[in-house]
Amino acid sequence: MKLFLKIWRQKNNQAKGKIVDYEIDEISPDMSFLEMMDVLNEKIIEEDGDPVAFDHDCREGICGSCSMFINGEPHGPDKLITTCQLHMRRFKDGDTIYIEPFRAKAFPIIKDLVVDRSAFDRIQQSGGFISINTSGNTLDANTIPIEKEYADKAFDAATCIGCGACVASCKNSSAMLFVSAKVSQFSLLPQGRVEATDRVINMVNQMDEEGFGNCTNTGACHVECPKGISLDYIAKLNREYVKANLKK
Amino acid sequence: MFNSSIGRKVAMALSGVFLIVFLAQHFLINITSVFSEEIFNLLSHFMGNNPLVQFVLQPILIAGVLFHFIMGFVLDWQNRKARPVSYAMYKGSKNSMFVSRNMIISGIVVLSFLGLHFYDFWIPEMDYKYIKSLPEDPNRYYKELVHRFENPYRVGLYCFSFVFLALHLVHGLSSSTQSLGTNNKYSEIIKKISYIFGISIPLGFCFIALFHFITFYNT
Ligand code: HEM
Ligand code: SF4
Ligand code: FES
Repeated sequence: MKLFLKIWRQKNNQAKGKIVDYEIDEISPDMSFLEMMDVLNEKIIEEDGDPVAFDHDCREGICGSCSMFINGEPHGPDKLITTCQLHMRRFKDGDTIYIEPFRAKAFPIIKDLVVDRSAFDRIQQSGGFISINTSGNTLDANTIPIEKEYADKAFDAATCIGCGACVASCKNSSAMLFVSAKVSQFSLLPQGRVEATDRVINMVNQMDEEGFGNCTNTGACHVECPKGISLDYIAKLNREYVKANLKK
Repeated sequence: MFNSSIGRKVAMALSGVFLIVFLAQHFLINITSVFSEEIFNLLSHFMGNNPLVQFVLQPILIAGVLFHFIMGFVLDWQNRKARPVSYAMYKGSKNSMFVSRNMIISGIVVLSFLGLHFYDFWIPEMDYKYIKSLPEDPNRYYKELVHRFENPYRVGLYCFSFVFLALHLVHGLSSSTQSLGTNNKYSEIIKKISYIFGISIPLGFCFIALFHFITFYNT
């Protein structure tokens, strides 16, 4: 099929970017979206152009690196998938497709569609861990009994792959869904309770410092999240944050 | 705590819920005007002359309104700053409700309405009581109310604003429960109640305005 692409091109962080039009032909509906991008880049390289820079790694929906804002939605029109899991059969011959980077002040553009999501790493480093002794006499985690309900909820939270689609879709560029998942995956478990108070305060502080917006509870993040992280975690984060502040 | 994003949202939710409680009370008093001139006068006279209401509750309410909309503007400004370059193509309708993305718009309409409402009722009331210091007539309130709703433009503007109030409340009420961290087996019911309340209170206010307008032209 033939497609008209409108892709954001930007040389580097300082440069002014713009949408550039591309026409691409003979795209098979069986291709994945990233394969279509590969075909486009081969064509650009053959014409001695600068290929479109985009992030990708696992190409199977687990690493969270393939950030692209496709036709007005992060990871494209399908729900519960990442860009690498999106296929060209989702589009029709002659379609126009907008491809933009995830946009947020906290996610500065490195080049074209590649953005710097290390703000998420810094949030994680500020509290997304548990402190345990790993010097050889580590306690087996399975020796601590955990109610199934909590184990399940913690696991659901832990499925967040840190892709940033929540931030990209949110009209406020809020990172609340990501932070709520990362806080909850620990605080729901007995091992994580020990540092729960400091964790939630530090992670929320770091989130604010990075320049993400405030949550307006629109729910866009949950709908666009490839892992379907529930909004309940945001309510839980709010509750935990208030409690932690009252305790301190 | 209140200089963090979550803290500000909690403050926003608390002030919103406070305004909703006030709104419910305001509605309950006004609705009496539909069936009983005496009860309406009695309640209005009490609210207008009780020192606790006048000098404690009224300033708290005004502070609450000021806080709510100033904080609303601050949050909106911060949220805009968080995305300096906007998308060429952004499909918000695919993942969220229009009302939730436009709280600042519905808020600004409600704010303009509050301006009109102050001009219509509050300023004349202050003038009557504290500037001109006219003698109190416990039976004046009903007549004043009915007189205001003789004007079709005012009734139109009021009803127009109530539509936006409903849009604000439909998202606002359920949103505030999320901001305050209530998510449990009752959250679905809370959401339904928010919708019903958010629509019925503004609808009720609309009804009161239209009721007096229509009765005036029919008698
Ligand atoms: C009787 C009048 C009003 C009532 C009952 C009311 C109620 C509420 C409630 C319950 C919320 C939800 C809080 C939350 O999400 O946690 C809210 C949010 C909001 N209100 Fe109001 N409000 C009123 C007037 C106004 C006015 C005059 C403005 C002026 C601009 C305004 C602007 C906002 C904004 C911008 C938000 C969204 C804040 C956010 O979630 O980021 N409101 N309101
Ligand atoms: S919460 Fe969902 S959308 Fe946000 S980073 Fe995690 S997986 Fe991605
Ligand atoms: S490339 Fe790893 S999730 Fe898409």
